[in-house]
Amino acid sequence: MSQTFAPGVVIDGFELVERLPSGGMASVWKARKPGIDGDVILKIPFLDPGQDVSVVIGYEVEDMIARRLSGKHVPHFHAFGDLRNVPYIAMEFVEGTSVAALAKSAPLPFEEVRRIGIQTGEALAALHEQKVTHLDLKPENIIIAKRGAVLLDFGLARHAELPDLLAEQSDVPMGTAAYIAPEQVLGIRNDKSSDIFALGCILYQLASGEEPFGWPQTTAGMRRRLFQRPPALRSLNPNVPRWLEQIIERCMEVDRARRYTDAGQLVHDLRNPDQVRLIERKPEPTGLKALFHRLFGGGDARTELLLRKSTDMGEGPPVIVTAVDLSGGIDALAEEIRTETAIVLAARRDSRLACVAVLKTEIIGDSPQVDADGRSNYVNMLVSLKDWAHPLHLPDGRASFHVLEAVSPADAILDFAERNHAGRIVMGARASSAMRRHLGSVSTKVVAEAKCSVSVVRIKAVETAASDTTPE
Amino acid sequence: MLIGILSDIHANREAFDAALEAISQAGAQRIILLGDLVGYGPDPTYVVEKSRALIASGAVGILGNHDEAAATGNTSGMSENARDAIRWTIEQLSADQRDFLAKLPLSHLDGEILYTHAGAWRPQSWPYVMEASDARRSFEAVPARIAICGHTHVPAIFYSTAHGSVSSFTPLANKPAPLFATLRSVIVTGSVGQPRDGNPAACVALLDTGAMDVTMLRIAYDWDKTAEKISRAGLPGWLGMRLKIGR
Repeated sequence: MSQTFAPGVVIDGFELVERLPSGGMASVWKARKPGIDGDVILKIPFLDPGQDVSVVIGYEVEDMIARRLSGKHVPHFHAFGDLRNVPYIAMEFVEGTSVAALAKSAPLPFEEVRRIGIQTGEALAALHEQKVTHLDLKPENIIIAKRGAVLLDFGLARHAELPDLLAEQSDVPMGTAAYIAPEQVLGIRNDKSSDIFALGCILYQLASGEEPFGWPQTTAGMRRRLFQRPPALRSLNPNVPRWLEQIIERCMEVDRARRYTDAGQLVHDLRNPDQVRLIERKPEPTGLKALFHRLFGGGDARTELLLRKSTDMGEGPPVIVTAVDLSGGIDALAEEIRTETAIVLAARRDSRLACVAVLKTEIIGDSPQVDADGRSNYVNMLVSLKDWAHPLHLPDGRASFHVLEAVSPADAILDFAERNHAGRIVMGARASSAMRRHLGSVSTKVVAEAKCSVSVVRIKAVETAASDTTPE
Repeated sequence: MLIGILSDIHANREAFDAALEAISQAGAQRIILLGDLVGYGPDPTYVVEKSRALIASGAVGILGNHDEAAATGNTSGMSENARDAIRWTIEQLSADQRDFLAKLPLSHLDGEILYTHAGAWRPQSWPYVMEASDARRSFEAVPARIAICGHTHVPAIFYSTAHGSVSSFTPLANKPAPLFATLRSVIVTGSVGQPRDGNPAACVALLDTGAMDVTMLRIAYDWDKTAEKISRAGLPGWLGMRLKIGR
């Protein structure tokens, strides 16, 4: 434990090269080891006698969680030192740009903010899929690398299936003052949407140059976000489009029933701004009314809201992609697909539906794009798609509509579902052999290659003409 | 080393055999019988004789409150069902078997691991470890890095973290729960023969001192058969019923 660290010192084969700027919990070293390509980061916690126990716990938490993480959105972890000897976490040095460095030039162009939002949202989705919530997302902990966003520092993280050593550890909220979610200020550490709140704060800062809630120094200051909304983003930067302002505001909703509960939904909206339904922002109460509201009105009700968990919304897939072939109008199969979609939607109150139709092009640019009335096929298909979805009676914002132009419908559906983090694909399969030559193989391929569950809807063979039906 | 910890077997032959089979398949190198071999269940003779054989070949046995009651006949502080079952159990056991129970130790210390049936701060008074405040008493009273007990029939793990505070965790079935090099823990293992956490499957704790984790193995067994034996023995009907619902 009392070993001194200096350039040239070797720990378990890792040679320390250079000490990097680091905080009060651990020293961070650039290191190298024969057999490992590229630089390695060695994070060595300060565990001297007399050190606050919370440093030990933070290290134990990071060690426990990092061992279970994988994928391109976290650093590759090389080794973990024995706590009884020299504790350390050895991980890949991630080449890229820290969002903290990008934030220095904020306000950034909105396209840049959107890109960072999509990349970080994808990294969060990957983390959440591994049952881990970060709970200390901030610009310093996000590296934009060639392979996408990479998240660092899991010292405050929580794994849904492992003990939470940090629960009820202190009366002081654990997190970073500028980005901490309101429920975390109250000590709630079990909701992945807390990471989405933090990402909203980061995007707000990147788009405006200002942290939405400043840098409060006290717990009372941090609690203010329970009652007070930040200034409208467009009042700070009028160049921000309204859809982006609205997406960021929805990330920062205090009421978790109104916040994005799923990083995939956020990525979907950022990718499809034309599908974001714009709502007028309610004016904030002003003057005496605001004071009254803050002192007596909103407080308890807000706290109540916060104690309601976002996952009380149900257990179904958060994003559903339904692919429907409407080239023959709304036929029996299209109706059956709609019924199945309604069932999947009902499993989760806040789920979102992306309705997809594929406009098949033989070779790109070589298909007739206009029908006899001069309407483009694209628009026709979009209209039919909305017409098909109408009986589902979904409020605006819960459904979106997409016409994909593609040579291979299966690839287009697979690609769309993956990019939008679909939790379920609903689609049909034709029983008729004539049609299957055309479309039937689509569902086979989607089922074989999809990264989520797929519901394939069929019409019972009895209902179609016996002569042209091949038994399945 | 892999250590299989069987607590609260309660004379349930079917659950005991299924649990022993499971830890043998898992490769357990050591067996701890953490108390309450008898009481409630219909096969006290079988469980006592099998335990005696296991202990003779290296297993560790610990005294539980039902074992003590069956040995001494003192049932004070017990519920009516438990008392009825102890009276019946005493009729089944030989003097020699009761003497074996009477001689089981209250605790066993193996390096940094302490085994008791009930709360380690006063094992002879049979306190329950249900909540963080109970675990805190254990942390304050004994220095062992890992204290393992049973008695509640509900699996739980408590970690001593910063400044006297305690983190509670309900371990998931068949998923290893980590232990920590720098933090002390109290592990409460579930019951082999009468689970009460809503899952009727027998519970065995598998402690891996190398990987530093503990897994609550859940093993389905023929609880209908055990319940039928309970009924045939004339023991209270609820004792059979509860096996089927794990309460």
